[in-house]
Amino acid sequence: MSNKTTHLARPVYVVDGARTPFLKAKGKTGPFHAADLAVQAGRALLSRMPFAPHEIDEVVMGCVMPGPNEANIARVIALRLSCGITTPAWTVQRNCASGMQALDSAASNIANGRAELVLTGGVEAMSHAPLLLNETMVNWMADLYGAKKPLDKLKVLTQLRAGHLKPIVGLLCGLTDPINGLGMGQTAEIIAHRFNISRREMDEYAVRSHHRLAHAQAQGWMDEIVPIYDKEGNVHLSDDGVRGDSSVEKLTKLKPVFDRHFGKVTAANSAQITDGATLLLLASAEAVEKYKLPVLGAIVDSHWAALEPSEMGLGPVHAMAPIMQRQGLALADVDYWEINEAFAAQVLACVEACKDERYCQQQLGLSAALGEIASARLNVDGGGVSLGHPVGASGARIVLHLLHVLKRSNARRGIASLCIGGGQGGAMLLEREVD
Amino acid sequence: MGEKKSYQHWRKEQGRDEIAWLYLDRAESKTNILCRAVIEELDELLEELEYDKPAGVVITSAKSSGFIAGADIGEFTTLKDQDDGFALVRRAQGVFDRLEALHCPTVALIQGFCLGGGMELALACRYRIAIDDPKTKLGLPEVKLGIHPGFGGTVRLPPLIGAPAAMDLMLTGRSLSAKAAAKVGVVDHAVPERHKLSAATQLLQQQPTPQKVKGWKAWVSYGLLRPLLAGMMRRKLAKKARQEHYPAPYAVIELWEKYASDPKVMMKEEAVSVARLVMGDTAQNLIRVFFLQERMKGLGSKSDFKAERVHVIGGGVMGGDIAAWCAMQGLQVTLQDRSHEVIGRAIGRAHGLYKKKLKHPLKIRDAMDRLRPDIEGRGIAEADLIIEAIFENVEAKQQLFKEVEAKAKPDALLATNTSSIPLEAISGVLDDPSRLIGLHFFNPVAQMQLVEVVRGAESNEALIDAGCAFTKQIGRLPLPVKSSPGFLVNRILMPYLIEAVILESEGVPAVLIDQAATKFGMPMGPIELADTVGLDICLHVAEILSQELGGEVPEKLRSMVAAGQLGRKSGEGFYKYKKGKPLKPSDTGTPPPDDLTDRMILRFVNEAMACLREGVVEDEDLLDAGIIFGTGFAPFRGGPMNYTAKCGRDQLKQRLDHLQQEHGERFTPDARW
Repeated sequence: MSNKTTHLARPVYVVDGARTPFLKAKGKTGPFHAADLAVQAGRALLSRMPFAPHEIDEVVMGCVMPGPNEANIARVIALRLSCGITTPAWTVQRNCASGMQALDSAASNIANGRAELVLTGGVEAMSHAPLLLNETMVNWMADLYGAKKPLDKLKVLTQLRAGHLKPIVGLLCGLTDPINGLGMGQTAEIIAHRFNISRREMDEYAVRSHHRLAHAQAQGWMDEIVPIYDKEGNVHLSDDGVRGDSSVEKLTKLKPVFDRHFGKVTAANSAQITDGATLLLLASAEAVEKYKLPVLGAIVDSHWAALEPSEMGLGPVHAMAPIMQRQGLALADVDYWEINEAFAAQVLACVEACKDERYCQQQLGLSAALGEIASARLNVDGGGVSLGHPVGASGARIVLHLLHVLKRSNARRGIASLCIGGGQGGAMLLEREVD
Repeated sequence: MGEKKSYQHWRKEQGRDEIAWLYLDRAESKTNILCRAVIEELDELLEELEYDKPAGVVITSAKSSGFIAGADIGEFTTLKDQDDGFALVRRAQGVFDRLEALHCPTVALIQGFCLGGGMELALACRYRIAIDDPKTKLGLPEVKLGIHPGFGGTVRLPPLIGAPAAMDLMLTGRSLSAKAAAKVGVVDHAVPERHKLSAATQLLQQQPTPQKVKGWKAWVSYGLLRPLLAGMMRRKLAKKARQEHYPAPYAVIELWEKYASDPKVMMKEEAVSVARLVMGDTAQNLIRVFFLQERMKGLGSKSDFKAERVHVIGGGVMGGDIAAWCAMQGLQVTLQDRSHEVIGRAIGRAHGLYKKKLKHPLKIRDAMDRLRPDIEGRGIAEADLIIEAIFENVEAKQQLFKEVEAKAKPDALLATNTSSIPLEAISGVLDDPSRLIGLHFFNPVAQMQLVEVVRGAESNEALIDAGCAFTKQIGRLPLPVKSSPGFLVNRILMPYLIEAVILESEGVPAVLIDQAATKFGMPMGPIELADTVGLDICLHVAEILSQELGGEVPEKLRSMVAAGQLGRKSGEGFYKYKKGKPLKPSDTGTPPPDDLTDRMILRFVNEAMACLREGVVEDEDLLDAGIIFGTGFAPFRGGPMNYTAKCGRDQLKQRLDHLQQEHGERFTPDARW
């Protein structure tokens, strides 16, 4: 077990947060680029603040695939939000946990006294993931531009073949492990197999995710969402991937997409491909005092762990356990959990791994099993399966939503965690003052 | 070498590499214009240069406001006759010819305005460099004043960039950015300011072949093709302006068609033509309108109020479009409405506007970022100006302003866009009723230049000035008016529209009514205008005005609204609409009544008289300006009061008396006649 420092050098508070509705990708590119999403969420968040945007010390954003015109997207967002030309901004990338990494980096800088007020979060416009030219095409084009005489150009032109035009799908590459070549869905199949999770369990989990989200929407619990407006004049008010009428019977009909024919992971029991942004404002105690800021909760601890890439879905277990050990917490001490739903199978595998004494002993070095995370305490308002997983944004979303859940239930402590493609896990411990 | 004599308006400096720099810095003026004195001094300078023989000459401006804004329009109003005008123009042509013939290469280094005569001076130089800066604008806007370029512009521009592009610039009067000017070839280079010295020096030292149009754009200017192209241009032009109303653009085409093969003759004919035009009614009226416009801009300079943040409440067509316009003008705008959908539509319309006007994706993005939807009204507390544009309901507005007053900064300006509710009825609920002013915009906001700045009985005069300053800040023209029913523009427009509806109910075909109005010079006929505004809105305004001021609302208007025939928006009003375009029969078979035009226009003029008598607007000049910019009233006629003066006041009154006998009370001449 590693012995990493916590953030306790100085307390770090979450003042407030806002996110866009998560918009499911529908084949064509979505109505917003990544920076547009973050700007719309950010300006709603900042309009609630008693200070001017330029008083923010820095902006840290997570994003896996910013658009070609969005290099260091955090800086683009910061400037578009009028955070001022002298406010530094940087972008972090830790695949599916980029948003949480941004929060952790922002929190570190507050904890160690480098900043008082940091705007942070994550964003992803997965529908805008690029199609790339393959290498044969790139080289053919270089030959074409290089040919000086018309006859030479003609000669190069005749060399064009259909295969040249086959694009590389950026999104697929992003969702494939570069070391072992496995698709993320295949890693979910691997751990489902390891923990013996059935297709039916996965589908039941997926249906529950949709029902929970639909219920939360009906109750008005998704109030961290701010409306966003596109240039066609449409307003987007809520997560649009939800299927309140989802049922196991319907999901049973779907075919597995990653391990074709014999696999269990389908499109419906996996996270949706989605566009969205989440922004949070973190502050030191001094800043809270100075601006009389409200406090949603505190970031108490966080942990990053790594494991076998083909079992990346179990990352949360590896990241949560050390926090609990370090903070002397038992499962029962944690009121609510958010484990990002990359795949239903993967969340279920995490739950199984926590219960599994052998796994906990051998893989986590614990003396006994962690115990069972009750379904009633885990992802209580749905998750990636029902509302989508815009990879850069999800880490920030689950932290923000967990804080809202704690507030709603007047509960004290929660852990948010994600699995990370490439074989990692990240977790964050949040606490709030109970009324 | 060195200075031999000192000049009032010019400064000559000897730069490096034997290059002489001429800086125009017109004395006692913020902007450079080409008055007689400036041109005379340039002539003396040229004489000096001919003697000094520098290796090259750079002509530029010492003013931050720009290069040269144009000729001295004030001088146009003091010309004695056509000969006087001809002499003035020929003199300037002579000096520019001398500049063109200078032994050494010359370059005009342009930043900011380079319009009219300024552009023609630049065209007489061998090279032109435009500094790529948002303020740089190059163009020949003379047609907007009823004249055309007279200092050689019609002669020098076509061979430079080709007749099609040159005619487009001269006939529309539109201006070009630095980059656009470089693209069409008006300037040799568009460069960032940091390169201006090296660009000028390099051109003067390397002396590349001067820019000249090539290919098909050059061929169209050859003899036989010219009449063909000229005919096409005339047909295109006729769709936009009638020759009897606006002769200048037609004269430009004719000059080119007849004389393009002989520059010397063309130069002289250009002077003859412009001297004739400048003394004509159209030009004199348009020049007057130009000065009225300057006066209105001046009204915006009395206060140093400057808004950074504007909060607009009400996201409908007016509120949404006001918000969009303000954001386009660089302001931070929050737009409040109770409905997300309404705000969404406003954002969608804003994007359409920005795409059309701003074009560049980054500029569009920035404007969109400045326009912030604000359902919760958080922008109120930060705003320098709050504009209310909700539905026309006194209680709702009172309630709203009470809340706004409680939340707003103490020095924030409060304004309502109401068109029918007296300001006093709203301001009564405020702790400080003097804080409220009216800012009455016209639809479509992006096209209508006028904003009525409404003064309530209790409005603080300094805040009226602030309202005018804001109007100027967003590139619109302020017109202070008294809070009275319909203010100025709607009040005057309504009797004219109603008369048109009465005529139509009497059986005069709508097409004939509209034709009569457009023949008079209105941009759109009254029937089509009513359909475009929406008959429900017309009815609403007509009812309010008739309650306050008397007069009847035509039954036909009520029945059409009741039947859901609301005009263009419902697909049918007085006309039927197909894809938003009215279907107009080409031949109606019935001859129009003789007094058709008089009935409409004299009601217009008569109401204008009433407004003057009641002091709705300060004087006749401002009334004319307001009506031209608020309704599009035939600008070449110089506004209703100018039209009255030109026709003869007594004569028009007699015609009104006659109409009163013929058609009844509504034509009773106002007491002010």
